[in-house]
Amino acid sequence: MTKQGVLPDSFSQPFWDAANEERLVIQNCRACNRLQHPPAEACRECGASDQLEWKPVSGRGTIYNYGVVHDCPVRLLQESQPFNVSVIMLEGDPGIQMFSHLPGTPVDDVPPGGAVEVIFEPTANGQLVPEWRVIAG
Amino acid sequence: MYRNAEGLGIWEHRGKVAAVGVGHAPTTRRWDGRPETCVGAISIQALRQAIDDAGVAPEQIDGLVVVPDTTTGAFWEEGKPLPMDVIQSFQQTEDPLDGVAKISTEWLLANMPELTNVQFTMYGPTCMSNALNVTAQAVGDGLTHTCLVVKSWHNFEGRYYQGGANAGEALPGTAAMSQLWGGPASYGTALQFAEYCRKYGKSHEMMAPFMENSRRNGLMFPEGYWAQHRPEELGPEDYLAARWIAKPANLFDNDIPIMMSGAYLFSTAERAADMAQKPVYILNHASSNTRSRSLLPTLDEVEADTARTARKIYEGAGITADDLSFENMYDGFSLFHQFHLEGLGYRGIQFGEALDFYQTDISIEGPNPVSPSGGNIGSGRSRVWMHTDCIQQLQGRASSRQVTGVKPEVAVSGGPMPLGGNFTVWSASPD
Repeated sequence: MTKQGVLPDSFSQPFWDAANEERLVIQNCRACNRLQHPPAEACRECGASDQLEWKPVSGRGTIYNYGVVHDCPVRLLQESQPFNVSVIMLEGDPGIQMFSHLPGTPVDDVPPGGAVEVIFEPTANGQLVPEWRVIAG
Repeated sequence: MYRNAEGLGIWEHRGKVAAVGVGHAPTTRRWDGRPETCVGAISIQALRQAIDDAGVAPEQIDGLVVVPDTTTGAFWEEGKPLPMDVIQSFQQTEDPLDGVAKISTEWLLANMPELTNVQFTMYGPTCMSNALNVTAQAVGDGLTHTCLVVKSWHNFEGRYYQGGANAGEALPGTAAMSQLWGGPASYGTALQFAEYCRKYGKSHEMMAPFMENSRRNGLMFPEGYWAQHRPEELGPEDYLAARWIAKPANLFDNDIPIMMSGAYLFSTAERAADMAQKPVYILNHASSNTRSRSLLPTLDEVEADTARTARKIYEGAGITADDLSFENMYDGFSLFHQFHLEGLGYRGIQFGEALDFYQTDISIEGPNPVSPSGGNIGSGRSRVWMHTDCIQQLQGRASSRQVTGVKPEVAVSGGPMPLGGNFTVWSASPD
């Protein structure tokens, strides 16, 4: 399935540049040493806007939860229905979530708690996007 | 205006503000393009009905609180010709879609010339629940003594949320981080429900009695969509056979988008005593502005916040869960109503117990009524029915929906989501 393309803006550019290099980075507040995703203009904990950086993370995580989308509002994805949409919790900071279609995992056969690793797949305009693959159920 | 924190004590205006008048425009599934059915027109209809219901003269009204957002997820498409016949039927503001795809205080006042004395106007974003908190506080603070509040919804042709960015080839970079995966509106709630079922050993099938009860109550709500247009019961077989939207949320777990408008007239307790309907007193309003740590609230975050919200609700009202005659917490999507119930500790239920509670007598005739309004599930997407029902039940004029298994004395309503929302405690007595 092919996702919509991505048009990076100045704010999100580092995340998407890293993805094109097959690296996963997450916004981090240096003052709090705390990750946040989705990113914001300021740290949601301390409010600082001048302490934010993009921090490389391991690219491993676990499946927190999932649902099966049968009626998707996004036109480009509708021909692929039904499909999994899972929430991944990052290794090292399980409070940080990322979405995944779990490519390669059969529909509605997702192992909550299973281990996953990041992969990168092209979107409709060629921009690579972080995705996740099950490595242990 | 909002009471977001714990430890604020009893609300300073407890029992000194009252709801009196109720107004509802007829519902429809979608707008038919006529001036007299546009969202502005139905807002006027509901407001005038609330004024008449309260038995006050329009010139007595000195306040107007409006929810400006009216979309059910349907937007006026960019480049689509403006409905000039509709626009020219009203006194228009500078925004040509005012009264068609949104509503402003300026538009309403320009088109309700009978409101000659409105000195106070304010917006309550998104939901009637929010606007009610604004209205109650404004009346209590003396900013207005007789105040109207209105929430309306427009619904156009086409499937909701399928236009705009969702129809495009690409997304802006920040939005793409959460929207590339195509989850529909109920997806987040579906995931929380799935986690809930795994944690507590429950199942989607256990929702069936709640859905049946909500539709039953909705069919006794003459102002509602299902009662007016599709008087069909929703038994377990039909509910469980419905197609999935985002499994484990099916079609009926999603509230049906409609055109509607609901309005109330609030006043001080003193003035309300002389109006045409029995006053329903506000004991407290409370809000949650909690945000999840990351993309979606986890079940732990949901449970912590609903419990925190309940503490705020009870503290400001000076009541406990035992004082609730019934509850009308939000239900659109159905799969989160149990989070509100468990947070409240309604009838003593704890986290993980609400679906078992649904298997008992939760009808309006029993001692433990759940959502006697029927909510959005029973009457369509409005986020208004729950409040109307609290007022009507406590006034003793909820028609065939009137609770009979409990004496209607104190109730709570509000939402929308378990994280973030606005709640009102209503009472038949100011004490």
